[in-house]
Amino acid sequence: MSAPAFVLPPGMPRPVPEADQLDAPYWEGTRAGELRVQRCRACRGFQWGPEWICHRCLAFDLEWVAVAPRGRVYSWERAWHPVHPALREHGPYVVVLVELPEAGHVRMIGNLMGDPMQEVTIGASVEAVFEPHDDATPPFTLVQWKR
Amino acid sequence: MSIRGRVAIVGVGETAYYKHGRAPESEFALALRAILSACEDAGIDPRQVDGFASYSNDRNDPSRLAAALGLPELRFSNMQWGGGGGGGSAAVGNAAAAVAAGYADCVVVFRALAQGQFQRFGSAPPGGTVSGEAALTFPYGLISPAQRFAMRVMRFMHDHGVRPEAQRAIALASYHHAQSNPRAVMHGRPLSAEAYDASRWIVEPFRLYDCCMENDGAAALVLVAAERARDLRRPATYLLSVAQGSEYRNAARGHNAPTYASASFTTVAPHLWEMAGLGAKDVDVVQSYENFTGGVLMSLVEHGFFAPEEANEFLTFDNLIAPRGRLPLNTSGGNLAECYMHGLELQIEAVRQLRGQSTSQVESARVGLVISGPMVTPVSSMLLGTEDTL
Repeated sequence: MSAPAFVLPPGMPRPVPEADQLDAPYWEGTRAGELRVQRCRACRGFQWGPEWICHRCLAFDLEWVAVAPRGRVYSWERAWHPVHPALREHGPYVVVLVELPEAGHVRMIGNLMGDPMQEVTIGASVEAVFEPHDDATPPFTLVQWKR
Repeated sequence: MSIRGRVAIVGVGETAYYKHGRAPESEFALALRAILSACEDAGIDPRQVDGFASYSNDRNDPSRLAAALGLPELRFSNMQWGGGGGGGSAAVGNAAAAVAAGYADCVVVFRALAQGQFQRFGSAPPGGTVSGEAALTFPYGLISPAQRFAMRVMRFMHDHGVRPEAQRAIALASYHHAQSNPRAVMHGRPLSAEAYDASRWIVEPFRLYDCCMENDGAAALVLVAAERARDLRRPATYLLSVAQGSEYRNAARGHNAPTYASASFTTVAPHLWEMAGLGAKDVDVVQSYENFTGGVLMSLVEHGFFAPEEANEFLTFDNLIAPRGRLPLNTSGGNLAECYMHGLELQIEAVRQLRGQSTSQVESARVGLVISGPMVTPVSSMLLGTEDTL
């Protein structure tokens, strides 16, 4: 079996839930192949990033819901200068900020898969691709994006 | 009620500015030297200082400073929340508020940095796991300040058709001014448009010269009440207004700020103008914190100097240079070419302009604007004026 293909090389910082568990349902969701964000049970508004209170109606009554794993490129950047040792020999890569029109236009960050020199268009449709790191300690799953 | 005209900057000082990691002594010693230099400039005995204000988690604790300097008493110590250079003007505002409120009589605003002695900005911290905001960004290689802010600028440039030459003009102006400034780390190192265009990408849309330096050094300013300022040796520079903060949900995690393509001043700048009773047209010279040139661009828009669609036309080299440009910008060389003193060198340059002491002097400058820390939260800005603006 070949090693799983990750967008960025091994050795990047590994995400873990916060000590107070605020974002734990998000990371549990990505392990299950779901893109979860907060939704207020009181006013039904979506919320992301996670917080303990709904910023619209101030209810402490947020649930986690799976949302459609697709969106549009809101902004992007192509990073060249390696700021982490794991990136030293890697070359450029693309980071995208993706808005989710079907989930209150909340935004998600990930890498754009494919040729790092590809032309990136703001407004382009993208789909989420789950990138499991099963051998990591503890295991985690990133959310990447493809055209 | 406001602080307009009630408090003055009466002394400014700095250490020699060094390349990153080259400071010959400890960061704390640098802080002490800058404070003594500012007191000497003011003609004030350092033992008269009774308060300190700083920002960005400066490591040099006011109580230790007071002990080291043998101050008879410490009456005010203040740290502005937030990272980056966003607190540069707010720290001056906090010091001024303390003087106006009577908490202290003589407050020093300072910033000292010797990053070679500590963790460096812009580099990934050691260690394997990240949580919170960092968990949403670091695993994707979105780590450094340049990477954190590039997408804000990319979106702004996209929305308004801003061309790369607008960013370039900001970088060229800073380097141009540094050539007249012997304190500048880039003095004697001019930058041409061709060299800018040939420089490597750090993260698109930022090239190498769009990004601030990293430096060692320290800077300080001394503030006293306006009535006392008039008896001191230097022409007093008066605070006309200070504002800090950021817009609605600016800090929403994972780049979810509703006003994303922003330098964070859209709500702050109107308060600044209102307190001073002035507008952009009244400003003679601007010092605007360059973490990245695109942040300066958005800062100037948000302070009302031009509309986003006018950026290409306004941001030209000729418009931005002293003495006669339309809006002389970063006349000491700023963070790009004088010293990355976390922006406090900009406050000092604003004072020097209004005293007529700049190395790139704007003729008869009366009103100076300092803009601190674009794209972080909170940000801050301040307006300074000469005696005849009161």
